[in-house]
Amino acid sequence: MLYREAGDFKTSYAKDNQTFPIKFDRVAYYVLLVVAFGVVPFIINDYWANAVIVPFLIYAIATIGLNILIGYCGQLSLGTGGFMAVGAFASYKLMTAFPEVSIIIHILLAGGITALVGVAFGLPSLRIKGFYLAVATLAAQFFLVWLFNRVPWFYNYSATGQISAPERSFMGYVVAGSNVGAVEKYLMCLVFVVAVAWVARNLTRGTMGRSWMAIRDMDIAAEIIGVNPLKAKLTAFAVSSFFIGISGALLFTVYLGAAEVGEAFGISKSFLVLFMVIIGGLGSIFGSFAGAAFMVLLPVLLKNVLVGGMNWPTDLAAHFQLVIVGALIIAFLILEPHGLAQLWRVAKEKLRLWPFPH
Amino acid sequence: MKLKLATLALSALMAAAPAMAELVYPSLSYRTGAYAAGGIPFADGYADYFTLLNERDSGIGGVKAKVIECETGYSTEKGVECYESTKGEGALVYQPLSTGITYQLIPKVTADGIPLHTMGYGRTSAANGKVFSNVFNYPANYWNGASLAINHLLDINGGDIKGKKVALLYHNSAYGKEPIRTLEELAKKHGFELSLLAVDHPGQEQKSQWLQIRREKPDYVLMWGWGVMNQVAIQEAVNIKFPMENFIGIWWSGSENDVLPAGEAANGYKALTFHNVGSDFPVFADIQKYVVDAGKAAGAGDQIGTVLYNRGLYAAMLAAEATRKAQELSGKAQITAADMRDGMEALEITEERMAELGMPNFGPSFKVSCANHGGPGTGAVQQWDAAAKEWKLISDFGPSDMDVIQPLIDEDSMAYAKENNITPRECN
Repeated sequence: MLYREAGDFKTSYAKDNQTFPIKFDRVAYYVLLVVAFGVVPFIINDYWANAVIVPFLIYAIATIGLNILIGYCGQLSLGTGGFMAVGAFASYKLMTAFPEVSIIIHILLAGGITALVGVAFGLPSLRIKGFYLAVATLAAQFFLVWLFNRVPWFYNYSATGQISAPERSFMGYVVAGSNVGAVEKYLMCLVFVVAVAWVARNLTRGTMGRSWMAIRDMDIAAEIIGVNPLKAKLTAFAVSSFFIGISGALLFTVYLGAAEVGEAFGISKSFLVLFMVIIGGLGSIFGSFAGAAFMVLLPVLLKNVLVGGMNWPTDLAAHFQLVIVGALIIAFLILEPHGLAQLWRVAKEKLRLWPFPH
Repeated sequence: MKLKLATLALSALMAAAPAMAELVYPSLSYRTGAYAAGGIPFADGYADYFTLLNERDSGIGGVKAKVIECETGYSTEKGVECYESTKGEGALVYQPLSTGITYQLIPKVTADGIPLHTMGYGRTSAANGKVFSNVFNYPANYWNGASLAINHLLDINGGDIKGKKVALLYHNSAYGKEPIRTLEELAKKHGFELSLLAVDHPGQEQKSQWLQIRREKPDYVLMWGWGVMNQVAIQEAVNIKFPMENFIGIWWSGSENDVLPAGEAANGYKALTFHNVGSDFPVFADIQKYVVDAGKAAGAGDQIGTVLYNRGLYAAMLAAEATRKAQELSGKAQITAADMRDGMEALEITEERMAELGMPNFGPSFKVSCANHGGPGTGAVQQWDAAAKEWKLISDFGPSDMDVIQPLIDEDSMAYAKENNITPRECN
C-alpha cells in the first residue's frame, strides 16, 4: 500500500528529478510541514521545546552544514565547535553593536562571517586531505576557542568572559535573549531549519553539488573533467561554515541566551556533530536530521526511562547511557556503515517491492 | 514485551506526575564527568540532610522532603534540560553547583518565580536583591572570597603587602574570571602586584603556568580552580617546591580530593572556607544513626565529614531553614516556590538555631534582606595537615572588605538591570 509507484507517471524531466519522486513521500513531507508549522506550536511546552525539539533543530542545521563538507565534498573537518563559536560571537557582537537591526539579519550575517572564517581555514584543503586536513581543522577549533577566551573585545570586556544575548524581538515577539517563550523559540529555529534544508538540498543537486561530489569521489578525475578544485573546495567550506555559523548563532541567541566559549563550543561539540553526520549518513540531508535526532533524543529518552521509569541512581544511568549510546554507534557502523539514511533507503526499497521481492 | 513497555511507560508517567504533599528539592548534581570528584560529595551531603529530616523529624513542618536528582555532568545544556524536566514537579529551590548553569538559569527562574540559591558561586552581583529578586548567594560570594584571601595576606604580613607579588591561577571560565575585578581593585588599594594565569578546562595542562610561576617567583599564589585542576595545581606546586603555606585556594579548591593525591608534600596548603570543617558536630551522629546505619545514604556513605559533603549538608540546611521560615510566614505546611522565595528573603540564622540543629558554630549567623541577598560575606582560612589527613581552621571567621566589594556589586548589577530592562525593586 505504501510506496506504490503504480499510476504515478513522470512526464517531464523536472518531475523525474524532484526531491521526493514517490507520491507518498511527497504527501508525507507536506503533512509534516503542516504539522510542524500548524499544530506543534499550539501544543509545545517548555520542556519539549528546551530539552528536546529546539536542540534537535539547531543541531540539524549544524549537521547539514558539516554533511556538506564531509558527506558531499569529502573534506574531513573537526572544527565544527569553533565555527559554531564564530557564529555565536559574531551574532553577539552584531547584536550589541547594532541594536536597531533585526535579529534575523544578524543571524544571517553571523553565518556570512563564519563562512569567511571557514574559507580561511579551508585554504589548507587545497594542499592536504584526509586525516591531515582533519588535524588542520582541529587547529581551527582550538585556535578559535582560545581567541574568544583571550581577546576581551569579543565578549565586550565583560568581567566573566560570558556572553549573554540581549533581548531582541521580531514582529513584536521576543525571539532572542534568555526570556524567549517556547513557541517563539521553536518557530524561529524551525524556519531556519526548513530554509537551510531547502537551500542545501537544492545546492547539492545543482552544478555546485555535483562538482563537490566529483571532488569527493576522485579529485584528480574531477580536475581532468573540468571541475575547478579550488572553487569546489572553498565553496564547500563557505557553504558548510555558513550553516554551522547560523546554528551557532541560534544556539546562543535563541536557545541558551548565554554562553561560555570553552564550555559551549569545546571540542566535544565538534565530535558530537561529527557523530551525527556519521550516524545519520554521509551525503544525505535526511540523514542529517536522523543523525541529529538520534544523538539528541536518545540520551534524553534513556535518562527518562532509566532514572524516571526504573529509578536507577543518576550516576549509574549517566554511565550506562554512555555505554548504550556507544554500543549503538558501534553496532550501527558495523551493520550499516552508511548510516540511518541508508537504513531508511533500504526500508523504502523493501516496501516498494513488498509483497513480491525478487 | 508490549506489556513490559506499557508498564514502563505507565511507571514513567507516574514518576512524572506532580507529587502531592511533598516539599520538592531538585538536585542538579554531577556524579560523572571531569568535575565528579567535587559533585559527588556535595550531592551526597545535600540528599543525606533531607533524608535525616525525613527519618528523624518526619520532614519539615510535618511534610516530607523529596530530593529529585538530575545528572548534569557540569554541562550547561544538560543543566537546562534538568531544570525544565524538574521545575514542573513543584520544585522549591535550585542549587546547581555550577557557575555556568547558574548564568543560564538566572533569567529562567526569574520568569518562572522559582528561587535559585548559589552558595559561594554563581553570579556575584546577584547579591543585589533589588535587581535579582529570585537569586540568592548568601552567606558569601567570590568577591568576598577574593577580599578574604587578601585580608589573610595582610594578617600574616602585619597589615602591609605593598610591593608583594600575588599571582592568580584561575580556571579559564566565568567562574575563574569572577574575582579578577575585585583583586584588581584590591591591588590598587593595597599596592600589591597582581599577575593572572589562566588554566583551560578541565585543568590538567598547567606546566606552562607553573613554569611562569617559577620564573616570576610570586610571593603568594591564589587559586580559583575546581575539579581535577586543583589536584594538578597542588602537585605542580610541589614539583617546583613552591612553599605550600603561600598557596591559597578559594573554597572550591580546598577539599580532601585536592590535597590527598600529593600526599605529605601538600602539608600546609591553605584554602578559604565559609563554614566549619570536620565531623565533630552532633548532627553527624544523627546522620550516622538515621541515615547511614539505616542504609539510606545517598552515596557510598564514605564522604561524611569531608569538606564538600559538609558544604552540601550546609546548603541543604539553609534550604530547610528557609522552608521553615516560609511555612511560618505563609501559615501553611505545603509551601509553593513563591513562598519559598519569601522565606529565603526573610531568613535569619542565629547561633542558637545552629546549636539546636546540632551544628554549633558551623556557619556564620546572618540575616538575609530584600536588598542584600549576599549575606555577611564572612569566611575563614583552613590549612591542610597532611599527617593527620584533616583540614584545620587557622583563623576566625572574619569580615571581607565591603568598601571595595559593594560598589562593584552595585555597578555590575545595575549594568545587568539596564541590559535586561529591569527596574530595581524598592526595598525598605
